[in-house]
Amino acid sequence: MNTRSRRRLAADTTAYLVAVVAAFPIFWMVLSAFKPKGEVQSLHPKPWTTHPTLESFRQVLSVDGFGRYFLNSVVIALAVVVLSGVVVFLAAVAVTRFRFRFRTTVMVMFLIAQMIPVEALTIPLFFMFRDAGRFAPGIGLNTLASLILVQLAFSLPFGIWMMRGFVAAVPVSIEEAAQIDGASRTRILWRILLPLVAPGLAATSVFSFIAAWNDFVFAKTFIISATQNQTLPSALLVFFKPDENDWGGIMAASTLMTLPVLVFFVAVQRKLVSGLAGAVKD
Amino acid sequence: MSAPTTTAPAASAPPAGRRRGAGPAAPPRGRRRTPLLLLLPAAVVLIPLVAYPIYQLGLLSVLDFGQAQASGGVPTRFVGFDNYRGILTDQQFWTVLAQTVGFAAFCVVATLVVGAALAVLLTRIGRTARLVLTTASMAAWAAPAMTGSTVWSFLFDTNLGLVNDVLVKLGLSGFHEYNWFYDKWTAFLIVGAVVVWHSYPFVMVTLYAGINAIPAEILEAASLDGANTWTTFRRVTAPMLRPILTIVVIQSVIWDFKVFTQIYVMTTGGGIAGQNLVLNVYAYQKAFASSQYGLGAAIGVIMLLILVIPTALYIRTLRRTGNEL
Repeated sequence: MNTRSRRRLAADTTAYLVAVVAAFPIFWMVLSAFKPKGEVQSLHPKPWTTHPTLESFRQVLSVDGFGRYFLNSVVIALAVVVLSGVVVFLAAVAVTRFRFRFRTTVMVMFLIAQMIPVEALTIPLFFMFRDAGRFAPGIGLNTLASLILVQLAFSLPFGIWMMRGFVAAVPVSIEEAAQIDGASRTRILWRILLPLVAPGLAATSVFSFIAAWNDFVFAKTFIISATQNQTLPSALLVFFKPDENDWGGIMAASTLMTLPVLVFFVAVQRKLVSGLAGAVKD
Repeated sequence: MSAPTTTAPAASAPPAGRRRGAGPAAPPRGRRRTPLLLLLPAAVVLIPLVAYPIYQLGLLSVLDFGQAQASGGVPTRFVGFDNYRGILTDQQFWTVLAQTVGFAAFCVVATLVVGAALAVLLTRIGRTARLVLTTASMAAWAAPAMTGSTVWSFLFDTNLGLVNDVLVKLGLSGFHEYNWFYDKWTAFLIVGAVVVWHSYPFVMVTLYAGINAIPAEILEAASLDGANTWTTFRRVTAPMLRPILTIVVIQSVIWDFKVFTQIYVMTTGGGIAGQNLVLNVYAYQKAFASSQYGLGAAIGVIMLLILVIPTALYIRTLRRTGNEL
C-alpha cells in the first residue's frame, strides 16, 4: 500500500469513527426506548437488546398522556407552517420585487429580530397574553392559539430572509410575459410565482416547523393550568425527573419528539446544502 | 435557540437572478402601494408580537413590578434605573455575566475547531465515508435541543449512565456513581458538549461548501507554482474562506450567548444554587421563579444591548461581502 491510499484509509476511518460518535446519542435514545424496563434500570447497560418492546411507548402514550401532547404539538406546528408560509411568501415578494422607501430598514429589522433572545421576551409576552385573555379568552394564556401566534411571529423574520433568495431566483421575465398576456397582478402572484417558488417555500417551512415543534419556553410559560394543552417539549420537561430513573419513559417520549424532525430534516437536507453552497458561490 | 433553525448563510441563499439595476420593471399602476400591501400581513403579526413586546420589556425594566403588581393588587410604580442599579451592584450578576461570556467563548471555539476540522476531512474522504459522516451530523443537527439534553443527561447519569459504567470498566474506579452535575465545571463541560454536538454540523456544512466553491484552477495554479499543502491553505484557502468564516463566527457567538434549553433542562434551571446560570436563564428565573419581573426585564434589556454588538458586526460583514440587504 502506498502512502497515498494509506492516508485515504486513515481519513475514511476517522470519518466513520466521528460519525459513530455523532450518531451515538440518537442510537442510545432509540435503543433505550425499546429496551424492557429491567434492562434500562441495569447498572451495566448493554449497547443492544434481545427483547425489544413497546412497553415504554405504551406507557408514555396512554398513562402519561403524551398522545394528547403529541397531537397538540402537531396542530401548533402545522398551523404555524401554513400561516407563516402565506405571510412569508407575500413579504418576500415585496422585498425582492419592489424598491420602496425604508426597504433596507425593513430588511435590517428582520435581521435584528432574528438575534433577539426570545426567552427574555417571554416576560412582556406573558403579561400581554394574560391581559388579552380577559377580552378574548380564545387567545389568552393556556390556549394553543397563543402558542401558534408567538411561534408564527418568531418564524417570520428568518423565513422572509430565507425566502427572499428563492423569489429572487425566479426570472422576472416570466412575470413580465404574463403581464403582457394580460394577467392581473394578483393572478401573477398566486398562479405563476407561487408554484415556481413552492420548493423554496417547502424548505423554508421545514425551519418554521422545527422551531415551532422544538419550542418549550413559550409552552412552559403560557400553559399554566390547562395541562391538556401542553406540548411535547413542555410535557417532557415536567416528566423529566432524573432522580426517579424512569429513563425508559423519558427516552420513549424523546424518541417520539425527535423522529418527526429527523424525517423532515433528511427530506430537506439536499435543498439545504445546495442553498448553502449557492450562498457561498455567490 | 441553539436549534438548527436560524442558519443565516442559507438565508442569504440562492444567488441566481440578482436584481438588475433599480429593480425589475413593475407595473406602474399601484406600484407604490403594492409592496406595502404585501408586507401588511407580516406587519400585523410582527408589530404587536415582536416590536411591542420589546418596548414593553424596556418599560417593565423601569417599573417596580413583582408578584403584587402582577396580580393587580398593588399599582405599578416608576422606579427609573433602580432595577438596573440593583442588578449591576449584585455580585451574582457579574458572576453570571462572566460565566455566560466564558461558556459562549468555549462553545464557539470548540464548535469552530470541530466543524472546521471535519470540513477539511470531508474533502479528503471517499463518497461513502462522506455520506455516512454527513448523515450522522445531520441527525445531530436535527435533534431538538430538548431531546439532546435528555439523552446526554441519561448518558451521564450518576447511577444508570453509560459513561460512568464504561469509565469504571476501563479501570477509573473514581467514576463509580460520579455525579457530573454536582461540580460547576463538569456540568458546564457536558452542557457545552451538547451545544457543540448540536451546532458543529452547521459550521462543517457551511465551510465544506465554501471550500468546494474555491475554483480548482486557483488551487492548481498554486501547486504549479510550487506551493505545498500548508502554504496553499494559508495563502489561498484561508483568505478565500474569510468572509464566510466571519459570518459563521458571529452567528455562533450570537447563538451560544443565548443558550437556554440545554442549561435549563440539564442543570434543572441553572444548577445547584444557580452555579450554572447564564444570562438568558438568569433573566427567566428572576422573572418567573422569583416573580421579580422588573429585574428580569432589566437583565433582558442588558442582554439585548450586549447582542447589538455582534449583530451590527454581522450586518456590516454581510454588506461588505456584497450581500444586498
